[in-house]
Amino acid sequence: MSDEDIVNNNLTALVVDDSPMIRKLHEMHLKKFGLKVQVAENGKNAVDLFRCGASFNLILMDKEMPIMDGAEATKELRIMGVTSMIVGVTSLDSIFERQAFMEAGLDHCFTKPLTSENIIFLLQELNNKNNEEN
Amino acid sequence: MDLVQLQRQLVEYRTSLYHEGFLDEQFTQLQELQDENNPDFVVEVVSLFFEDSERLLNELTKALEQQSIDFKRVDAHVHQLKGSSSSIGAQRVQKVCIAFRNYCEEQNVEGCLKCLQQVRHEYSLVKTKLESMFQLEQQILSAGGSIPM
Repeated sequence: MSDEDIVNNNLTALVVDDSPMIRKLHEMHLKKFGLKVQVAENGKNAVDLFRCGASFNLILMDKEMPIMDGAEATKELRIMGVTSMIVGVTSLDSIFERQAFMEAGLDHCFTKPLTSENIIFLLQELNNKNNEEN
Repeated sequence: MDLVQLQRQLVEYRTSLYHEGFLDEQFTQLQELQDENNPDFVVEVVSLFFEDSERLLNELTKALEQQSIDFKRVDAHVHQLKGSSSSIGAQRVQKVCIAFRNYCEEQNVEGCLKCLQQVRHEYSLVKTKLESMFQLEQQILSAGGSIPM
């Protein structure tokens, strides 16, 4: 996949995190790779966005958030039939907790902080996913 | 001080911050995200980090002053601080958070209070150093120069 291919995509992403700093950081990481990015500050806002008809290729989901956490939001989205790639981004270090988060319906789970390598990996996965669906 | 001297001073200062463990690779990644379209990105993210940290430190102080300490709550705050400090590359702050969480798990009040003191200290150090670094960068830009990588 050439560098140009990576940047010239029509991919959209939703960053869900209660920390304004993390939202800004992850938004920039994704924008750098040409994605169109929106943000939500907790799981409920993310779910509401989908209920209103929004859709995104990729969701970066934090685990620990007020009102509705990442695991609940992920479960809810899957029940709603959302097939977007949902990627957990968490500082949870317990394997048990990560496993539980994965089981909520994640496609992948990364440890904070997110790196450019993580994004490149996700873009390749998204590309493969698109190719499979077409 | 002339431009070249300022630029050299900045590079030396920045290098020392990495050597002394105040900053790590994550901060470099942060700088690499900045470009002409977002020239204030690093300063903006760091400012958000300061705001976030100060809020968390206040919450921690309050939580540890309680008669009956809610260690789960304390741990949740430290966990957040660990996450944000690691995302920005504030390595020394992150390290204290790791020890802090262990004391929370043990429900060790004295250990927690000690860590709170330590984390406050490390936070104020890294804050001062980053602010000095930003000031140097501003001086260079005002003198018409560019920030060396």
